[in-house]
Amino acid sequence: MRPRGSWLAPIVTLALVLGIWEAYVDLASISSLVLPAPHAVLAALYTDRATLWHDLKPTAAEILLGILLAGACALASAVLLHFSGLARRALYPPLVATQAIPIPILAPLLVTWLGFGLLPKLIVIGLVCFFPIVVTTMSGLAAVDPDLVKLMRTLGAGRAQTFWRVEFPSALPGVFAGAKLAAVLAVIAVVLAEQAGSSSGLGYLLTVTVANLEMAEAFATVLVLVAFAIMLFTLLGIAERRAMPWIHERGNTQAR
Amino acid sequence: MISLEGVSHSFAVRRGGAPLKVLSEVSLQVAGAETVAMVGPSGCGKTTLLELICGLKQPDTGTIRCAPAALMPQRDLLLPWLSALDNASLALRVRGVGRQGARAATRPWFERFGLDGFERARPHELSGGMRQRVAFLRTLLSGRPVLALDEPFASLDAITRAEMQRWLAHALEEERRTVVLVTHDVEEAVLLADRVLVLSPRPGRLIADVEVALPRPRARTDAAVVALRASTLARLGVNA
Repeated sequence: MRPRGSWLAPIVTLALVLGIWEAYVDLASISSLVLPAPHAVLAALYTDRATLWHDLKPTAAEILLGILLAGACALASAVLLHFSGLARRALYPPLVATQAIPIPILAPLLVTWLGFGLLPKLIVIGLVCFFPIVVTTMSGLAAVDPDLVKLMRTLGAGRAQTFWRVEFPSALPGVFAGAKLAAVLAVIAVVLAEQAGSSSGLGYLLTVTVANLEMAEAFATVLVLVAFAIMLFTLLGIAERRAMPWIHERGNTQAR
Repeated sequence: MISLEGVSHSFAVRRGGAPLKVLSEVSLQVAGAETVAMVGPSGCGKTTLLELICGLKQPDTGTIRCAPAALMPQRDLLLPWLSALDNASLALRVRGVGRQGARAATRPWFERFGLDGFERARPHELSGGMRQRVAFLRTLLSGRPVLALDEPFASLDAITRAEMQRWLAHALEEERRTVVLVTHDVEEAVLLADRVLVLSPRPGRLIADVEVALPRPRARTDAAVVALRASTLARLGVNA
């Protein structure tokens, strides 16, 4: 059970931060070019709602497709790396290398090579999201109780049976932990990808508004991105509880 | 049913180190439908012996001939995402029986084992004794002729353990199987087994083979049980 009033805590935190921000901007007469006041950001959110909605759609599509693609590849790779020591030795270092590539350098290159379309965005999101899911899934698979694997062998289970009946369900918390990390990182990745070259999307909008010194509008765009990230994270949390009711029932809070 | 000839086994403790010898020249025979208990001090290789019997390990030297054995591990190791019924029928599912068929075959056993009403409960909702019963049922339904029980009641409190020992004695009387029971509880061995094999400290060797020719059901307070427990403890070097 969630403790009562669990929605109150984040709302109080948010109100406090916004209050201090608003008071600081008003009392210290900060220029709106340096830091727009929260009320100006909210006003921009309302005035620009049509533009924001219009640009959210391609960005959301890129994020969702990117995460799905990264997730599918990551699960397949994690299983391959888990089962094959050779694959682990051969592929793990290059995987770590992909994670160390500076995206602000790579994104414009991808645009040069592949153009303004969907593909370079998917590659950037894929690169960023792939790794956390691989790592957490692999540690989930490695953490399976070895006695359980022995038990399955004496019950006559082969490698595939043991994987589907024991190892995969045991690793699910890891899969979800990685997916939640990836969902939040994807929002950062999509902005970098769009800023490198695109003609629509919230990242593109951010480039335009910042260039025009429309700071309230830029902050409103960030607000939409943040809200989308929180929504994705929450949806994954709900899916997690649906997929693993046994963890929720036990009142185990470690998985959150 | 089970035959070990001069079986020795060693562990590699760490890379490059000298291997640790846990079993030395163990020879034993277990007949069909016989319950044999193995007692010995901690680290004498009891669990290794069970893993050898289950084919999970190969001996360094010696030969093992054994009918297929199913292991009931020390911890119940029930799968937290499956109901009690699905946990018990796991071996049937592994053998390719469909979900509904496996459940239907397992349900009557729940009644016999005093588990009826808990078919849909997840493991964390069951008491320790119930979890061990489900784990035992899972081992039994594997259909393997040999049951290898590794300290099945070690994690239970004293009252539940006594209750489970009575229950297991009864269950084995109804369902005769070849059972190898590893325990460090000499009383448990004398209560449940037809024969008690005593192992020496590491490296484990067989130092005694005690016939328990006592009628069942046995009570821990029976004079013969107490006497046999004392003499077996003496062989282990413990003054009762």
